[in-house]
Amino acid sequence: MSLKVALFGITREIVGTSVIELPAPAPTTVGELLAEMRRQYPALGELRSCAVAVNNEYASADMPLHTVDEIALIPPVAGG
Amino acid sequence: MTPTLSITDQPIDIAAALAAVQTDAAGAVNSFIGTVRNQSGGRPVRRLHYESYDSMALTQLGHVVAQAYEKWPMLQEVAVVHRKGTLELGDVAVVVAVATPHRAESFAACQFIIDTLKQVVTIWKREEYEDGTEWVAAHP
Repeated sequence: MSLKVALFGITREIVGTSVIELPAPAPTTVGELLAEMRRQYPALGELRSCAVAVNNEYASADMPLHTVDEIALIPPVAGG
Repeated sequence: MTPTLSITDQPIDIAAALAAVQTDAAGAVNSFIGTVRNQSGGRPVRRLHYESYDSMALTQLGHVVAQAYEKWPMLQEVAVVHRKGTLELGDVAVVVAVATPHRAESFAACQFIIDTLKQVVTIWKREEYEDGTEWVAAHP
């Protein structure tokens, strides 16, 4: 199973692309995904926070991931 | 009672946002207008760049407004418009407008929506200074 992860704001700048594809065997949970992303891009670990969204909702660490999911990293938001 | 929610790369029409919440059932319309300020923490700001994850931003905005309807059942109409892209000093970044029967709930609901929006809606702000740029709130 592979995953595509959308990147926004500072996470897009850190990774250098707006979508990254993680080839099989990809992480199977939100927690594993964050750990893998931080391993590949240590600067992600320096952010104040970094959440994961699955299908437009904030996801907890134990949420399972599927190839069809719309997955995104969510660095600290700053609207308004 | 369907809220008017949008993310736009065009200048925000404040009058249209206010008109969107007009209803004969409301005696109070309250609005918050967020604009681009010329400094941040004492550092001069030249302009702002907003980036949005539109589909999630609208989903989360819908949740925020639904929470407001739960907290203030008398809430009539709501409009929230957020700008994205490059904004100059004085430009309008966000408008929140609510209509309620009486004024007290209109202030409270309007403040709740803008405060919660800032916590959960997937929009990011990069401040541009004379000597560089920085993503707001990204680092501790």
